[in-house]
Formats: sequence, structure tokens, C-alpha cells
Amino acid sequence: MKNPLESVAGTIISGLILTFALVLFLKNFLVAGV
Amino acid sequence: MELMPGIVRWIHLLSGITWVGLLYYFNLVQMAALKDAAADGTAAGITKHVAPRALFWFRWSAVVTWVAGAGLLGAGFTDAFLLRNGYEGIGIGAWLGTIMLFNVWVLIWPNQKKILGLVPADDAAKTSARRVAMLASRTNMMLSIPMLFFMANGLTHRAVLGL
Repeated sequence: MKNPLESVAGTIISGLILTFALVLFLKNFLVAGV
Repeated sequence: MELMPGIVRWIHLLSGITWVGLLYYFNLVQMAALKDAAADGTAAGITKHVAPRALFWFRWSAVVTWVAGAGLLGAGFTDAFLLRNGYEGIGIGAWLGTIMLFNVWVLIWPNQKKILGLVPADDAAKTSARRVAMLASRTNMMLSIPMLFFMANGLTHRAVLGL
């Protein structure tokens, strides 16, 4: 599999996926129950 | 001293725009331009006159951004980096920004010095440095996307996150 960071599009998509993952992490593990 | 946080936030934004703006310039403009310029023998114009100046502003604006950001967190600095007490969201942004600062000074700048001939390096070292600097720069571009999301929403607009 090609490294997504080889291309600008892959980098941006990776950043968006990471954003979504970190929001889920924040809501479910850091401030769960709020 | 109500004015101080506003001034520090202003400095944080000005330097942050300079830093991330140059990061996007490197990734969206210079990398592709250098490839084309190398093909027609004009790369020296960029590597000699443009890149060193861009890298100067890039690495020092990164420092100013981090220091101003730390100042803005103030008493919440520890809570942010320990991801607790209402600082969880901005803390994620702070961690991402800190990783980016590390990449600038530990991976990008030392390798760029080899690429630009500011320190001695043979061809093999330059080839390796190009790869490391490129991937570190792309990593920072990727990290900037969630970093900016959490900077914008992590502390003052938490409703966006449903918090």
C-alpha cells in the first residue's frame, strides 16, 4: 500500500480522518458522560 | 491587565498563520515547483534564494506560536497537557502543535540544512535527508488539520463537539 503522505490529497484525507478519530477519542474516553 | 490575553492571542494567531502558511506553501507549492525546476535546471533559484528565507520564518514563527500558546494556557497549561478539567479539547490541540514544533526543529530543519548545503553532506545523506524532511513536513500538514480544529473548538466553542 502506498504511503498516503506521498500525495497532497492523501495527506488531507489522513488529516480529516485523524480529526474525526480524535473527536471520538475526546468524547468517548476523555470526557465520557459529559 | 485584561489587555494582555488579547495581545498574546493576537501574537499566537499572527505567528501561527506565518508558521502554518509557510508549511502549506512548502507542501502545496514548493515541493512540486522544485521537482519541475530540477528538471529544467532552475532549482537553484528556489534552494538558494527562497527556501532559506522561508525556513527562517517557518522555524522561528513555530517557536513564537508555541510560546504564545503556552502563555495563553497560563494556569491551564498542566491541565491541557494532562487532558483534564475542561482542557481536554484544547489539550489535544496543544499536543498536536507541540509534536509539530518537535518535527520542525528535530526533523525538518536539520535535514533541510543538509539539502540546502548549509552543512556538509554527501549525495547519499542528501537523498536520505530529502525523504525524512518531506515526510516530516507532510506529517505536519496532516497534523495541522486536527490541530486547527481543536485550537478553534477545544476551549471556547466546545458546543461544536457536543460538550
